[in-house]
Amino acid sequence: MATPAVPVAVDMEFAKNMYELHKKVSPNELILGWYATGHDITEHSVLIHEYYSREAPNPIHLTVDTSLQNGRMSIKAYVSTLMGVPGRTMGVMFTPLTVKYAYYDTERIGVDLIMKTCFSPNRVIGLSSDLQQVGGASARIQDALSTVLQYAEDVLSGKVSADNTVGRFLMSLVNQVPKIVPDDFETMLNSNINDLLMVTYLANLTQSQIALNEKLVNL
Amino acid sequence: MASRKEGTGSTATSSSSTAGAAGKGKGKGGSGDSAVKQVQIDGLVVLKIIKHYQEEGQGTEVVQGVLLGLVVEDRLEITNCFPFPQHTEDDADFDEVQYQMEMMRSLRHVNIDHLHVGWYQSTYYGSFVTRALLDSQFSYQHAIEESVVLIYDPIKTAQGSLSLKAYRLTPKLMEVCKEKDFSPEALKKANITFEYMFEEVPIVIKNSHLINVLMWELEKKSAVADKHELLSLASSNHLGKNLQLLMDRVDEMSQDIVKYNTYMRNTSKQQQQKHQQENMQRQSRGEPPLPEEDLSKLFKPPQPPARMDSLLIAGQINTYCQNIKEFTAQNLGKLFMAQALQEYNN
Repeated sequence: MATPAVPVAVDMEFAKNMYELHKKVSPNELILGWYATGHDITEHSVLIHEYYSREAPNPIHLTVDTSLQNGRMSIKAYVSTLMGVPGRTMGVMFTPLTVKYAYYDTERIGVDLIMKTCFSPNRVIGLSSDLQQVGGASARIQDALSTVLQYAEDVLSGKVSADNTVGRFLMSLVNQVPKIVPDDFETMLNSNINDLLMVTYLANLTQSQIALNEKLVNL
Repeated sequence: MASRKEGTGSTATSSSSTAGAAGKGKGKGGSGDSAVKQVQIDGLVVLKIIKHYQEEGQGTEVVQGVLLGLVVEDRLEITNCFPFPQHTEDDADFDEVQYQMEMMRSLRHVNIDHLHVGWYQSTYYGSFVTRALLDSQFSYQHAIEESVVLIYDPIKTAQGSLSLKAYRLTPKLMEVCKEKDFSPEALKKANITFEYMFEEVPIVIKNSHLINVLMWELEKKSAVADKHELLSLASSNHLGKNLQLLMDRVDEMSQDIVKYNTYMRNTSKQQQQKHQQENMQRQSRGEPPLPEEDLSKLFKPPQPPARMDSLLIAGQINTYCQNIKEFTAQNLGKLFMAQALQEYNN
């Protein structure tokens, strides 16, 4: 382990304080490792990693490349392993790990919304009304459907070679569309629409009632 | 723009010092006009709020936290937030103010904005118009003029679209709260209707360029198939829950109305009795006047019922109705789309 040319300092007090504060909110969370911005691992990382191996068993080191080398923001994770000749001086090597991203429902919806700022000129989006969102979701499905249709036509005209798995997927997809007798569908649709209309009417009625109450009380 | 002063002592003094600094930078806040026309939130804050509810909230409990940021002209920029621990059994040895001060001091070390600009709360099916919220928002808005409360609805979000709204108290309501006078006369004088209690401030989400790069990365890497909850037609459960809450509130409201009616009847009865008394006295001039206690017992006016609670209930009913109408509009759209598709098939 070469001695670092420039000393690096980590404010351990600060780390401990923040962890204590955080534990007050989420008492079940533990320190898993540490992150750093930058492209490479340096000798400093080894020292800091050693400190964190005291806090957590087998800590993880995450690097986020905010300097955007290679035009990408690469996110990598490492675990440290010992290497070297046993019995002599041991060195430390950072072995890379595969990074996967998992979401839960509400998080994914939030991320989807935030992602829309990528497409707006000044990186600003507003929250849209409900019907607009339905329109947006259906537009997305429409795009997906047109891609699938395009692929099917390409295969039929011979431009793209047919792939069996994809073909089977498509067949199961088409078969999943339920076949409903038109009359049954009409009744289902009408009853649902009636429910919704009635609820809207009731909501409007309630609102006018409380407005009326307000006026009467203030006489 | 706003000079950052390290807060010492209680939260109130630190907030007032930041309010003073913010006021200097912003200029006149305007007493009639609302000080904040738009709320600009960082993507980070949205995700943190979602995460906080996901991990710490269950059922009808609300999770709360503090928003940090800056005020720029008539825009409130929220750049970060931190969660607040919930009130659990060990309430005694937990000092809220100290937690806040520690948190803000630590955040200052890593150069994160540490100015209080508001707070957030999760809600259960939209039921957030309570006395507690009113009091908290009043104390925030009193100390920092531009503060907002962000209401996050996790159940509606899980249905497909992020539900995040920013509210402030209207200036009129601020006046009433400042007097601490919630009697009917004061409220009538201020002429507050339930619609004019809270005002909603539009929200925009803004991200830095670096975050945009991260978004592109995530879009490439994550192979999560789009789940289309937004287009789901099964809606009755959610609607039923909403209606249930609405019915409870309407019941409370009707009880309130009954109380008010009895009060009105009592006052009018008393007026009649007073009238009769007057007549008797006019007839029996010269006779000894009635003993004092009778008069006072007879003429004790009945207590007018509290108006603030019914205002809150009316506001809550209004919110429920709005939510229900939005929901039904969305669902009607989806049903008509399904109908169009089915007709095309046949």
